Amino acid sequence: MIKIVHMHVNGTDVELGVDEGESLTDTLRNRLGLTSVKKGCEAGECGACTILLDGKSVNSCIYLTVWADGHTILTVEGLQRNPGELHPVQQAFVDEAAVQCGFCTPGLIMTGVEIANSGETYTREELRELISGHLCRCTGYENILNALEKVVGKK
Amino acid sequence: MGIGQGVQKTDAVQKVMGTAKFVEDMIPQNALHAKVFHSTVANGLVKSIDCSEAWKIPGVKAIITCFDVPNVPYITAGHPLSFDPNHDDVRDRLILSRRVRFFGDEIAAVAAVDPLTALKAVEAIRVEYEEYEPVFTPEDAIHAAHPVNPAYPTNELARLDFSISDSTVTWGKAAFSTEQNIAGREDLQSDHFSVPAVHAAHIENNACYAYMEGERMVVVTCNQVPFTTRRNIASALGIPLGRVKVIKPFLGGGFGNKQDTLYEPIAALLSQKLGGAPVALVMTREETFTCSRTRHAMDFYTALELDENNKMKKRAVRINSNGGAYAAHAHAIAAYAVTNYFQTYSADVVQIGESSTMYTNLPSAAAMRGYGIPQLAFAIESQMDDLAKQRGIDPIAFRKINMMKKGFLDPFDHFVVESYGLEACMDKGAEAVNWEKKRKEYDAFNQSSPIIKKGIGMAIFSYKTGVYPLQVENGACRIILNEDGTAQIQVGATDLGQGSDTVFAQIVSEILTIPESKLSVISAQDTDVTPYDAGAYASRQTYVSGGAVKKAALILKDKILARTAEVKHCAAEPLMLENEQIVQHAGEPPIASIAEIAAFVQYCNDHVLQTEQLTAEATYTCMSNTFAFGACFADVEVDVPLGKVRVNKIVAVHDSGTIINPKLAAAQVHGGVAMGVGYALSEQLQYDKKTGRMLNDNFLDYKIPTSMDVPEMETYFVETYEPSGPFGNKALGEPPLIPQAPAIRNAVLHATGIAINKLPLTPQRLVEAFISAGLIRAED
Amino acid sequence: MYDIRKTYSASSVSEALRLLLENDGATIISGGTDVMIRLKERKLKQAVLISIANITELKGIAVRENGDIAIGAGTTFDEIYRSEIIRECVPALAFAANQVGSPQIRHVATIGGNICNGAVSADGVPVLLAYDSCLEIAGVSGIRTQTLSGFHTGPGKVNLDQSSELLTTIVIPRAEYEGYFAAYYKFGQRNAMEIATLGCAVCLRLSADKKSIDELRIAVSVAAPTPLRCRKTEARLRGAPLTNQTIAALRKGVLSEVQPRDSWRASRQLRLQLAKELSERAFRQALETAGGEIV
Repeated sequence: MIKIVHMHVNGTDVELGVDEGESLTDTLRNRLGLTSVKKGCEAGECGACTILLDGKSVNSCIYLTVWADGHTILTVEGLQRNPGELHPVQQAFVDEAAVQCGFCTPGLIMTGVEIANSGETYTREELRELISGHLCRCTGYENILNALEKVVGKK
Repeated sequence: MGIGQGVQKTDAVQKVMGTAKFVEDMIPQNALHAKVFHSTVANGLVKSIDCSEAWKIPGVKAIITCFDVPNVPYITAGHPLSFDPNHDDVRDRLILSRRVRFFGDEIAAVAAVDPLTALKAVEAIRVEYEEYEPVFTPEDAIHAAHPVNPAYPTNELARLDFSISDSTVTWGKAAFSTEQNIAGREDLQSDHFSVPAVHAAHIENNACYAYMEGERMVVVTCNQVPFTTRRNIASALGIPLGRVKVIKPFLGGGFGNKQDTLYEPIAALLSQKLGGAPVALVMTREETFTCSRTRHAMDFYTALELDENNKMKKRAVRINSNGGAYAAHAHAIAAYAVTNYFQTYSADVVQIGESSTMYTNLPSAAAMRGYGIPQLAFAIESQMDDLAKQRGIDPIAFRKINMMKKGFLDPFDHFVVESYGLEACMDKGAEAVNWEKKRKEYDAFNQSSPIIKKGIGMAIFSYKTGVYPLQVENGACRIILNEDGTAQIQVGATDLGQGSDTVFAQIVSEILTIPESKLSVISAQDTDVTPYDAGAYASRQTYVSGGAVKKAALILKDKILARTAEVKHCAAEPLMLENEQIVQHAGEPPIASIAEIAAFVQYCNDHVLQTEQLTAEATYTCMSNTFAFGACFADVEVDVPLGKVRVNKIVAVHDSGTIINPKLAAAQVHGGVAMGVGYALSEQLQYDKKTGRMLNDNFLDYKIPTSMDVPEMETYFVETYEPSGPFGNKALGEPPLIPQAPAIRNAVLHATGIAINKLPLTPQRLVEAFISAGLIRAED
Repeated sequence: MYDIRKTYSASSVSEALRLLLENDGATIISGGTDVMIRLKERKLKQAVLISIANITELKGIAVRENGDIAIGAGTTFDEIYRSEIIRECVPALAFAANQVGSPQIRHVATIGGNICNGAVSADGVPVLLAYDSCLEIAGVSGIRTQTLSGFHTGPGKVNLDQSSELLTTIVIPRAEYEGYFAAYYKFGQRNAMEIATLGCAVCLRLSADKKSIDELRIAVSVAAPTPLRCRKTEARLRGAPLTNQTIAALRKGVLSEVQPRDSWRASRQLRLQLAKELSERAFRQALETAGGEIV
């Protein structure tokens, strides 16, 4: 069954007809073209599909779009305030060589944005815990942690 | 910028913006989606398939079964063509299998309007099997009543047996055995090591889609070796190469697992049946685990005799490798391992190697980062520490007595070691971890600490760069100069995330003096227009493909200078490039800029000069090989009652020749360390003992390290200059993974005194070992 | 795309109950982190889902007038972890809440779901068991109360009529937490993204002189077909002095009450070892918070 949902996605109000069985990942990718939202496991275990739902990181693969009705969603595509201007988290990932294959990157950046938005500083161990819902097979997380430390400042 | 600079990754911005397109991001809106019917027995024959219920489901567009596919077996391995019958790959795969070889084998496939409909149709298919007793281990496989591949009645795919004396290899033929001692060498002290099958677990699942442009089949796939995959697809479908085009966009990690042809022929056949309609086949995570490829499980039987000076006199090894259901890379991986046993170290008097790869009814094993050497390194480096302990000698000192030295002549591939940083790597690592002091400090600590024990361990390795002379090593590059002095670089070599595109840009920048910011490396490969390359494997790309880029850049440089001479009426001889300008001598005012020359020769209309788009194309044949080296030091803490190992720190030191991009090189090491920690402590594919069904085919149960499981890392490079490398460079892609597991195992040995000869070092295995050794009290 | 026939979103408990009665075979869903996996695994097909995520009365943590702590079943683990009330009164629960899955999972997964899915490995359960928590369950005939202990009836099975009942509140009675100190120790092979290989919560109250155990509760997960309380050991050690002999007795007692099985995830041998080891560690930690010392 198709249901109409209203969401605020990357700064824009959208009205969409979606299938009730549709995951938020599928809606964002297939209906809105937001392909930064990756599918790595579709079980909430890898974090590649992480988006911010009302500012909180959520695995969009196991979240139904109909539940997002009336909510605010942010993906990597919504981070650039001006064309060509990267969000500080994105810039830190670039500067610290925290990107390799890039498949886990958008999800990790969204968790990074959530961390940065908290306005707090964290120890490296705390950062490890905060990103522990993301699997990365290329980087050993080392440069990702370096990038996040750069953004949020060392505690 | 150029060589030796920490140039920003060429694709980093696209990837952080989420605009880098991977296969699944490119599937057309109107594509049909395919799902595969997987066998529910591990060994058997499909007697019949009933698809009638599946056809009734609205939205089903095509169903193909094992009774519909061309009966011409094809190769799945991603190797270049070989005219040497000893190195040809085994043709043993059909697009769908009637003769079922593993639990999960592909029997039928459905294309439907969406993935859920296709899945429901697959669930409605009924299959009747004639079931055979499955075999899951080499020792069971040798006696199988129903061999996995009837063409191999004993299930033995291949062997490689030899003895070496005076750098000369004498080939022989041994018999399959699981005896602890190696035949004829019962005098030698022998050990048994064993490693499980593990998975590459790249975060992007294997995915592809196929459609037709007229008569031509187009397959978009996340594959590391697009040209070989094109050949395998053409062979599977029985159509000429010129009718197939393969496109490889951004790849979400591969680690060797995307070196084989997997579901591309299924998607292509479905598209063919549907008149060329686009058909997408994206594996689920569970399918990626079961139906792609694994790292070979191996058993090692090692025998050794030392002389009174701790020098190896006699040495023998037998490797039994579990190849799984399809040949894939056949015996190449075990052969790599068995030969490397005699490369990192060699003995004076006797050296015997035996190896076997067996078909079994488990998922197929093939290439994965390190190609057999991580398995071997676990056995060999564990053995080294055990012997050092027995002899009461320092593990580093013991290795130095016996390890490869500069000038070593490889008995197999007949090249001489010229660049050699192995010993320096060990020294650097020992210094960084404060080896001697920490070993003593931890010994003292452990005396009075029954619960937490600390240890430091190390391991070394040697690893070849590319696959010459076993197979051809070549690659091509095309550079197109634009009239404003910018350029595009096209390479067949594939970037899977490791950063080869960036390195190629640096090579061109080094030679043409054009900054990387003005160079575009075309990251996607399209076999119609991209120059040929064998692809990403064997840590070959900077060494081999980099050679092609260098060659093409030099050709282009010569062209620029020659046209400058022509245009400016001067001699080409002393001309050189400097900061995007052409100068006669270094530091002199420029004659012209590269941009001016490029624009002028392309557009001049003076009725005299022949115009030209300045381009260069070159194929480079690499006829050399070389060893990369490294040492790893692991600092661990063992919580004895819980059997839990915490790796506090890894120091990784590598000799990969000249480091082209220190930033990316260090990042490559970090990833290898993490993957190695997983191999050491937590990763193993588990199968149901009766059915052979994979039990842990998901990220919750297949435990790759999270950010909370990886240690702090220190990386160092001992830079040597390798004369055969385009810039003195050699392998780095795979090596970082290799020494981690034995270094951690040896650190656990140091901490607890317990030698674990089986990976991974899980709490279960450790608790069991600690109980039998009395480290865990049996008080209750 | 999931195989879902119909979704409802209830805005009150009574509406959820009505929808349950109207839709045969419907599934209650909140954060969805378990139900969605069942859908993905095709264990649940053509699902009718009744979401209770928008029911305000199921959310939040409050101290009731009588001092009992009431946790709405729809409260997420992240909310529990951050709750001042929880951190103050039952900090071990905050710690346990933070052991669940991953940060993303904890943002949506709820304590009610964790209890009702009957998982033997549920991170939320051992601490609540050790605090002698009660459950308030709404049904057609009103609210019934039952202890958490006994709610689990088998692997994946709980004492809840899935077709007419809804867990609304988890209550930690004042008498069961005041003066008590607890600790939870989870063992997983990884340090994150992990289900417990075994988990143990110990909750204790010391005598006034802090020299002996006044009251002790031990809850262990993944050591039997359901999360369990080691009641014999608890009884035996009531009044016991804070000595190493008591700890030895605790280890021995726990070992005699758990019945872990061999599975491909972990052997019985490992789980037995973990049961005695984790119970000691949780005990020592709880003791430390309580200000007691082993003599």
